[in-house]
Order: sequence, then structure tokens, then C-alpha cells
Amino acid sequence: MAWLKRHGWLVAACLVGLALPKLFTMIGQEFYISVASRVLIWALLATSLNLLVGTGGMVSMGHAAFFGFGAYVVGIVALDAPQWSAAPVVLPLAMAATGLLAFAIGSVCLRTRGVYFIMITLAFAQMLFYIFISLKGYGGDDGLQLAKRSPLGALKMADDTVFYYFVLAILAVCLVVLARLRDSRFGRVLRGIKDNEARMESLGYATFRFKLTAFVIAGTLAGLAGALMANQNGFVSPNMLHWDISGTVLVMVILGGLGSLWGGLAGAVVFMVLEEVLTAFTPHWQIILGLILLGVVFFAPKGIAGLFAGKTR
Amino acid sequence: MSAALLETRALCKRFGGLIATDDVSLEVMRGECHALIGPNGAGKTTLISQLSGTLRPDGGSVHFAGRDVTHLNAHQRAMLGFARSYQITSILNEFTVVENVGIALQAVSGSSFRFWRPVAAETALEDEAMAILRQVGLEALAARQARGLSHGEHRQLEIALALATKPQLMLLDEPMAGMGPEQSENMVELITGLKGRYTILLVEHDMDAVFRLADRISVLVAGRVITTGLPDEIRGNAAVKSAYLGEETTN
Amino acid sequence: MTWILFLEQCLNGLQFGLMLFLLVAGLTLIFGIMDVINLAHGSLYMIGAYLVATLTQATGSFLVAVPLGLAATAVIGMIIEVLVLRGLYKRDHLSQVLATFALILIANETTRAIWGLQALTLNVPEALSGSVQLLPGLHYSAFRLAIIAVGLMVAAVLYFVVVRTRIGMLVRAGASNRQMATAMGTNIKWLFTAVFGAGAALCALAGAMLSPLLVVQVGMGESILILAFVTVVIGGIGSMRGAFIGALLVGIVDTFGRAFIPPLLRTILPPALADAAGPSLAAISIYLLMVVVLFWKPQGLFPAGG
Repeated sequence: MAWLKRHGWLVAACLVGLALPKLFTMIGQEFYISVASRVLIWALLATSLNLLVGTGGMVSMGHAAFFGFGAYVVGIVALDAPQWSAAPVVLPLAMAATGLLAFAIGSVCLRTRGVYFIMITLAFAQMLFYIFISLKGYGGDDGLQLAKRSPLGALKMADDTVFYYFVLAILAVCLVVLARLRDSRFGRVLRGIKDNEARMESLGYATFRFKLTAFVIAGTLAGLAGALMANQNGFVSPNMLHWDISGTVLVMVILGGLGSLWGGLAGAVVFMVLEEVLTAFTPHWQIILGLILLGVVFFAPKGIAGLFAGKTR
Repeated sequence: MSAALLETRALCKRFGGLIATDDVSLEVMRGECHALIGPNGAGKTTLISQLSGTLRPDGGSVHFAGRDVTHLNAHQRAMLGFARSYQITSILNEFTVVENVGIALQAVSGSSFRFWRPVAAETALEDEAMAILRQVGLEALAARQARGLSHGEHRQLEIALALATKPQLMLLDEPMAGMGPEQSENMVELITGLKGRYTILLVEHDMDAVFRLADRISVLVAGRVITTGLPDEIRGNAAVKSAYLGEETTN
Repeated sequence: MTWILFLEQCLNGLQFGLMLFLLVAGLTLIFGIMDVINLAHGSLYMIGAYLVATLTQATGSFLVAVPLGLAATAVIGMIIEVLVLRGLYKRDHLSQVLATFALILIANETTRAIWGLQALTLNVPEALSGSVQLLPGLHYSAFRLAIIAVGLMVAAVLYFVVVRTRIGMLVRAGASNRQMATAMGTNIKWLFTAVFGAGAALCALAGAMLSPLLVVQVGMGESILILAFVTVVIGGIGSMRGAFIGALLVGIVDTFGRAFIPPLLRTILPPALADAAGPSLAAISIYLLMVVVLFWKPQGLFPAGG
């Protein structure tokens, strides 16, 4: 019973997550199932960024690069090597390719600190954006259509409900992995580096290697999110690499709670709800979003998770 | 020469037009407690930073156990056996006291590229951390967040962190900075207990402590080592006295 | 590839680089002295362009619109500094990124609300709409020459102010030693506001001068902002010299890249490959330059404070 009390929120979240498609069908709003899938994918993306920024203290404005790259892997494979399109092949492929990209970019960016780091991650993402826009063979400006979702055995991936549970399962697995990671030796060192990198170095930690590892993990998960999004939308576009996305994900992280395990999910949900609510008020909802964001930065820097601090870890 | 654990040869460092370290050749013998004294602005912390690997010298070399370590950075030197305590407290503020020491211990107890097992389950690490806290007198504050400690307790934690990495050489930069008489006394006792087991390079302003702890003393003035010798020699040295004219000393 | 074409591209690169310098000058000082990363710097450029374009249509005169637009943007900039930026100086970089990102959202959407979604077009002022013959065979747009002239004049004025006046000395000292600047107390607060306002005016000037050549639309600020960032990384934070040389370098490399890489590739690669790779390489040439500079000099070419 004590276990249930401590992890009550977790259980509630799981139940809601599992029941969501049924709930939407019951109220005749099946359309929202695919919206929910998208929110979960954003949650994965935000969670991956939270590892980098919240736990590791590395403020990256270039996370969209990995999101878009993962998506393009799926699109390009579907076009040029459709025999590899099956989910168990193309998803790990997207992750591996994005991981390599993150290794390459991280090796350069992490040589810098502070303001430089922020600008350089932004620049790299923009560089990739321009590269993909100019690839006429892969749609260029217009992007790539995906004929169908990556097949997974006998599952009807085209069915939004089936795909929702697929995404939910992946997100759940990733959250479990990241939860263990935070409490592991590696996670502790990463948090230590965020706290006082110079001290960690003088204690004997090769801080560059730890930061690069975190960067690669975060990038790999972002690539997975991108691959899932490509599947969800049936479409890949260079806009997925635009820094608008990098900014939006960062906003989700701060809204949901910097450094907390659930921050990504909370932030994605809050952001989506905000967007829905505000759009109903005015087409110029971004002004209100901007004001809210300013409010959060100045008055509630710990986000939603900060309000729940102490209840969940 | 072979008994010198740490040796610098003609070490130089300049910042623009300012010469912070001027042709410093120093030897710290294995097992000794070697004090480095000098007026404010003499360049003591700059020298320590070059020894620990945080700062690259512009000229000269640093040798450890006979090996040239000039091109090794801070974490590499730490792995060889360097430990450093900071003049301006530099700890992990968001962690508890015992976690601080645990993290230091973790660095020398196997790989930290472990992603699955919770580190809290490693009771051996925590036990060892508590033992070190007992040694420096902080065991009662183990669960306190490091940020919330008093200044004196911060200085004790600095020593604990330096001890935790099981070093051969300890570079202690003004461990008694800002401490009152009683706390200074405790710190002197603590460091006395470390003598012999560790090789210590001690930077300090507290002359009382220096003369009680040091086996040998080097005097740094304006980046130059003007003299090195036994405590009694330094006590009577006229050049040293004049360098300190106007400086606050305790005696 | 003729000499005429080459010289033309040199001039284009110079023109672009000088305008970029106007943006980067303010940006690098703000980074250098206040250690604030300001994503909304590009928004000031956009606001300047919109204001000048609108005022030109309203008053019928580009020459009247420019100083008005500059003054208005400087005021807007200073208001932003007092209301938002002041609260960020002591905060961490993440908070600065988020707060200034919020400013971009507000600025872009407000602009859309006021001016709608259509891009504004502005004609080159009558007096400068012709071309000038610089050399036999080399005709260059009079307006672009005017831009170069304005750019060089502003660079000269900035050089004079920063290197030879007392205020400039304070600014440079602050850029290389922030602690010294903050130790100087409350006067520094208004110095920051003034520097920010000046930076805003420079952005507006760049926006105004470029508006007849580019499209005035929401989002123009962000694309040039990233170029400005790349320039700051290449040139070095906090240094005017770095800003100037970096901007010229970026302007020339970008212009040359776009003009010469595609045809160059077509001569050495099979056409299909050249057509695929050409535009990409051209677009990313300055990013490649940034990576090269980073490897060689991680602090940029001329960082402040040595």
C-alpha cells in the first residue's frame, strides 16, 4: 500500500495512458488518438533533451538536427531501400545513424562552453537544415512522403490506435532506461559535471567523455523520436530540422521541469494543451505563449515538476 | 632527485604583461610536508593551478615521480595521484556531504560508465565515504546538502574530497582560509595526521600553522621563489621578513 | 568566370559583410560585456526593416524614414533591455535562451498581427536606382554602393567611439573583464541600456539598408541571426576587430560560395552529382568555415581579453 502511495502518480499516468484511445473513441473524438501519439513522440524528444540540458547542464539549441535526421533515415530507406523498411530494422538503423551523427557533432561542439556551445549547436542544426533542403532527390523543400508506416510483423501499423500503443510502449521503455541511467554511476557523474565541472575534472573524471556520451544518448533518442514522427505523419520535411523545433522542445523541457524524469512528458502535454486552448482564443496565440514563457522563466523556473517537488522524484 | 615526488623546472606563466610565475624550480620530497608561503599576489594559487593541471604554463616543466606531466591535464594528473583542495571552496553544491565524498571515491573505484545499476546500492562506497568523513570530523553532517554547510565545514569537506581520491600528492591551497582559531587548530591536527602518509604541498598564510606543520618552506614573492629551507632558517631570514613587511602574520 | 564577375562578387560580399557587421557589432558587445545570449537580436533587425519600409511608404521618403525607424527601434530595444534583459544578466544561459526565445515569439506574432502575413516590398530609392560604372564593363548598383559606403562609415564611427573615447574604453574594458565592469556599480546599468539601444539602432540600420534588396517578412530576423552567431564564433566574442573581420570573412565566403561553388563543381563532377551537391555546399560554406576556425582557434580569431 505504501508503494502505491509513493508511486500513485506513476500508476495513474500509466492507467490514463493505456485507456486514452478507448476514452477518445467513447466520446467520438478518434482524431485525438493521433494527436496523443504525437504528444508522446514530442515527450520522447523533450525527455532526450532533458537528459542533455537538465541532467547534464548542456544547453543545446540544435536538438532538431537529430530529430529530423532520424526522420529522414526512415524516409530515405523507404525510398531507396524499401527492403529495410520493417520497424525492427529501420528504427534501430535510424538510432544508430543519428547516434553517429551526434558523436560527430558532439565531438566538435563539446570543445566549447557556455554561449559558444549554444551558438554552435544551433549552427550545426541549421547547417543540416540547409543540406536537407537542397537535396532535391529527397524532396528538397517539399519533403518526402512515406507510402506506409514501417511494418511490424502482423500488427496493423496503419491503425492509429495500434500505432499509439506502439509509441506508448517505446516511450515507456525509454523512460525506464533513463530512470536507471539517472540513478546510475554515469548519471551521478553527469549531474556532478553540471554542478561543478572543474572540480569533477580535478577528481579524475574525463568530463569530455561523459558529456559526449550523454550527447550521443540524447541524440540517439531524438533520432528515434524523429523516426516515429515520420511514421506517425507519413511525411518527412526539412522543417523538422528547423531551429523552431529546437526552441519548442526547450520550452517543453522548462515547462515540464528541468532535470526531472517526467519533465519531458509533462512539458509536452502542457505545451499541447496550451496550444489547443490558446488557439481557440486568438490566432495570435504565440504572443500569449511568449508571455507565459517569460513568466515561467522569471517566476517559476522549475516548471511543473517544481510544483510537485517532493511528491515524485 | 629520485626522492622528489614533485618537481618543477623553470616554470613560467604570464598573463599579458604580468609575470605570474617566474622561473620556478621547486622540489617536493616524498613524504614531506612542504609549505609555500608568500605575500598576497605572489602567485601561489597560479602555481598550484599549474601543478594540478588546470593551467598550462608558458614555459618550463612539471615532473611527477620522475615522469614529465607538463602536457597532462587535470583529470589525467588526478589519475596519477594528484589531489587538490581549493582556496575558494569548490564542491558539489547540489549533493549531500556524503555524496560529495562518494563521487570522489567513485572516480578511483572502477569505471563510471555504468548505466543500469543504481549507485545508491553500492554500500561499500558509502561506507568508505563515511569513514573519510569521520576522519575529517564531518560524519554528523553526512546527509546535509553541501551548499548549506558553514565556511569551516566547507574547508573540511575540501580536505575530505582531496583524501577520497587516495592520492600520493596533496596540493592544499589555504585550507585554513577564513577560519577562526579553534577551527584552525582542528585543521592543523587533521593535517598533522596526514603527514608522512601523503606528500603535501601546503599553501598557507597562517604562519603558526606553517611552522608547526612544515618540514621545509619555500617563499614565493612576485612569482619567484626567493628561498627554500628548514623552518628555522626561514624564520630568521632577512629577505623573507622584508617581503612580509606590512603583511599580517600571526605569531 | 571573368574578372568582372569576380569583382562583382567581391563587392557583393563586401556589402553583405558590412551589413552583417552592423548586427554582429552589437551582438558581440552584449555577449562580451553582459554575457547574455540574446536570440531576439534578429527581431530588432526585422522590426527596423518593417518600420523603415512602412515609414517610407507613409512619408514617401527613404531618407526621412531611416532616422525615424532607427530611433524607434533603438527605443524599443532599450525598453526590452530594461524590462526583460536586466533580469537575465545574473541568470544562467538556459534562462536567457528561453526568455529571448519568448521575445522572438512575441515579436514575430505581433508583427504578423500588425502587418499581416504578406511580405512587404520596398523599392530602391529613386536617386539610387541606377547603376554606376566603376570600371569599363563593370556596372554596379548605386544602391549597393551606398550600402557599402554607409557600412564603412558606421564601421569608422564605431572604431572611433570604441577605441578612442572614454565610453568606448569602458565598453571594451567591460568586454574583456566583466567583473571589473560590474564592480563599477549602478552607472554600469545605464551603460548597458545605452549599448543595447545602440546595438538595436545598428540592427535597424542593417534592416533598413537591406530591405529593398531582400524580402521583408517575419522570420527574416532568425535567418540572419544565425549568420551573426556564426560570425561571432569565427570572429571571437567581445571584440570589435573580430566582429569586423569575421563579418567580412563570412560575407565574402558566403557570397563566393553561392556564386562559384556550383559552377566549380560542374567542371569537376558529373552533372547529376554537381547539381545535387552544389547548392548544399554553397549553403553551408560558412558553417564549414566555422568548423575549421573552431578547430584551429576555439576562442575565435580575435577574442577580447586575449
